[in-house]
Amino acid sequence: MRGLVFLLSGALFGAGLHISGMTDTTRVRGFLDIAGTWDPTLAFVMGGAIVPMFIAWRLTPGRAPLIGGVFPARPDQDITRPLVIGSILFGVGWGLVGLCPGPAIASLSYGGWQGGVFLVAMLAGMWAMPPLRRALDRRGARA
Amino acid sequence: MEIAWLWGLLGGLLIGTGGAVLLLGAGRIMGASGIVGGLVDGSGTHRGATLAFLAGLIGAPALLSLAGWSATTGATSQIWLLILAGLAVGVGTRFANGCTSGHGVCGLSRLSLRGLVATLFYIGAGVITVTVLRIGLGL
Repeated sequence: MRGLVFLLSGALFGAGLHISGMTDTTRVRGFLDIAGTWDPTLAFVMGGAIVPMFIAWRLTPGRAPLIGGVFPARPDQDITRPLVIGSILFGVGWGLVGLCPGPAIASLSYGGWQGGVFLVAMLAGMWAMPPLRRALDRRGARA
Repeated sequence: MEIAWLWGLLGGLLIGTGGAVLLLGAGRIMGASGIVGGLVDGSGTHRGATLAFLAGLIGAPALLSLAGWSATTGATSQIWLLILAGLAVGVGTRFANGCTSGHGVCGLSRLSLRGLVATLFYIGAGVITVTVLRIGLGL
């Protein structure tokens, strides 16, 4: 049952990224290129995606997930340094090529070697983050 | 293409529905970087379900392409750019605890301040990067 929920969710996510054009880096970079010929498509994708999610969040209070467990608690709303610095770093990488994690994975079947290189580098970055963070924390503690 | 915004809206609705299925079905937040990152660094739970999610995420676009709805990524062939960008996206999204789907779609729809701040910073950084690359370096 859990596997089915995850499979369905992933398939809807992938189909949505595909038909919306969000696996096309020229469209994504076109959205970020506000000083050039701006492509507003990404704003429509974001807006369209927020509607079902907004409704879903409204349905969570007083209920439990279908397969059991609890809904994720609201995390602390602290604006931390990792949140800001991490988001800036992500934005730079996103702007350089036009791929973020979802589309990078969704386009695996047609992304060619370029998509493969990006994906491997991205996974390496994700894998390297926890030790990197520990090293930074140690330096921060000494300073 | 004139109707790109309409396909964008429809695709967005599908993405949001995928997020709603995962939230209401399994109580999980549909964040691509969180789900994949958890698998990569071993911090994630439910490995089998995560692999099923990835099968859907990769399989649906593959099937659509086979059915004739083809797409291309049009990504650069500059290998150093691909490596640098991939590393930045990988490290950055894990530091920030989320990306476009987690902070953007799931966070904004929950009226999360952290989601909003993250979204403003990654879009801002993306806009500056694209502008500098195009105007400054002609890429």
